[in-house]
Amino acid sequence: MKIAILGMGAVGRGLLEMADKKDLGLVVTGIADSKSALMDKDGIHIDEVLEAKRVHGFCGDKSLSAVDIVSHADYEVLVEVTPTNATTGEPALTFIRSALERGKHVVTSNKGPIARKYSLLQSLAEKNGVSIRFEATVCGAIPVMHTLTQGLAGNRVLAVFGVLNGTSNYILTRMEAEGLTYEQALMEAREMGYAEADPTYDVKGIDAAIKLVILSNTIWGLDTVLEDVEITGIDCLTTDALRLADDQNCTIRLIAQSIPSRGVLRVSPRILPKTHPLVVEGTLNAVTIETDMAGEITMIGKGAGSVETASAIIGDLMFIRDHYAGRH
Amino acid sequence: MKLEMKDAPGQLVAALQPISEVGGNIIAVIHQRDEKAEDDRLGVQIVLEIPDDRLNELIARIKDKGVNVVRIGKRRLLYTQTVIMIGHIMHTDLGDTVDRIDRTGFAEVTDMNMVMPAINEPSSALIVIRAVDRNEMEQTMEILRTVAKEKDLLIIEPLEEIA
Ligand SMILES: NC(=O)c1ccc[n+]([C@@H]2O[C@H](COP(=O)([O-])OP(=O)(O)OC[C@H]3O[C@@H](n4cnc5c(N)ncnc54)[C@H](OP(=O)(O)O)[C@@H]3O)[C@@H](O)[C@H]2O)c1
Repeated sequence: MKIAILGMGAVGRGLLEMADKKDLGLVVTGIADSKSALMDKDGIHIDEVLEAKRVHGFCGDKSLSAVDIVSHADYEVLVEVTPTNATTGEPALTFIRSALERGKHVVTSNKGPIARKYSLLQSLAEKNGVSIRFEATVCGAIPVMHTLTQGLAGNRVLAVFGVLNGTSNYILTRMEAEGLTYEQALMEAREMGYAEADPTYDVKGIDAAIKLVILSNTIWGLDTVLEDVEITGIDCLTTDALRLADDQNCTIRLIAQSIPSRGVLRVSPRILPKTHPLVVEGTLNAVTIETDMAGEITMIGKGAGSVETASAIIGDLMFIRDHYAGRH
Repeated sequence: MKLEMKDAPGQLVAALQPISEVGGNIIAVIHQRDEKAEDDRLGVQIVLEIPDDRLNELIARIKDKGVNVVRIGKRRLLYTQTVIMIGHIMHTDLGDTVDRIDRTGFAEVTDMNMVMPAINEPSSALIVIRAVDRNEMEQTMEILRTVAKEKDLLIIEPLEEIA
């Protein structure tokens, strides 16, 4: 199956490495980063591009860009893995729309376009007889979207709950285990590469809220936006608060929660018994889906990482390959 | 609650029936044969759980069966919830914060454990609230959220049982 990839950051490179190393039947016909692009309808030599990117900092021809790949490369699926813009979803949104309009499938790890324009993109895909999949946008390697849309098909989903942000979970875990202050734990998370230089999105609950919007919109076909979510971050938490919870055999986690029947759409630090399935350690993510037939299902796994995120993207690619086999 | 009824077959069953009808739950039934009144009436004590707003209806239904409700005991606050509060808890009139809950009449603060760090640093407190039932607890939390907003306090609530 021919794919074109926009973005050669942690996720893009992880995907390329796996496509090179594993026998997945993926042929890469186009690649772009922020400064350059290259295309070859017979397949790009992945190892050479990875090496070029490592050495020069860009992957291909500087006179070409992502737009050229989207509109001219010979591919069946566009893999969109450029940075998230939570406000406009751009430029990824335009890339995705153009690909769908060309009748190409899209797989993305980019939360911006999905959180902003899910219903528009979904109907555009339907109109063009293709699909848009975004397993990697929520809970990293955990196949939560596959579980919801395929595994739990026929169920009525009543609620979804989860630890959707690894950075804040790491900070809380460290405050709990070592009695670190919030500032100390944040500093440590930065040193470990778990927190960005500007951790606002993670610690203020915004990243978790964006993922909650994506989950809610896909599960219930809603049109919620980030502004609908009631958000409280973890940046005001004290070590004392964690100790007080500990005295009760409880702890504190940043929980994203959506229960449409009760009008709940919220991200906030919550008290949970330590034995609760959502109490996961470090940068792990966890999500509980409550349904009418299956009851409660909880999944735990890695919420980020280069190869972990590539795993989710590859799951989507393989789904498209199997689902649309013979239609091209 | 203490009831008085005719010491005749079927009377007790008749008196208990309305409890389940209004969604109550019988915890214990205690006969008080020794306390038999002068005529052939029998005293019975019943310990029960019932949503607060159904109590008057229950009393009416029991009376309809010809049973006399002699006394209603103390309402018990059966629903407990623990929250953690962070902020300038003392300086924002802790007495008032607690009072806003207590004066609802259906909930009260029954325990508090406060940690005060260096001056000017936010303090943290664990607060146990008891309320008559889940509905009233939700109302209490709504009040607490309003108070928290006013006083710039952070309230950490427990993750309730799912849907
Ligand atoms: N990292 C994770 O674990 C993870 C997990 C789940 C989801 N995600 C999401 O996946 C996406 C990619 O993440 P990442 O960690 O790989 O990000 P990253 O390391 O910052 O990489 C972003 C890549 O996109 C390229 N890019 C930027 N603007 C572009 C444009 N206009 N056209 C073409 N390419 C452009 C960058 O080019 P240069 O190389 O030239 O700078 C870079 O190669 C993000 O939306 C992120 O939120 C990441």
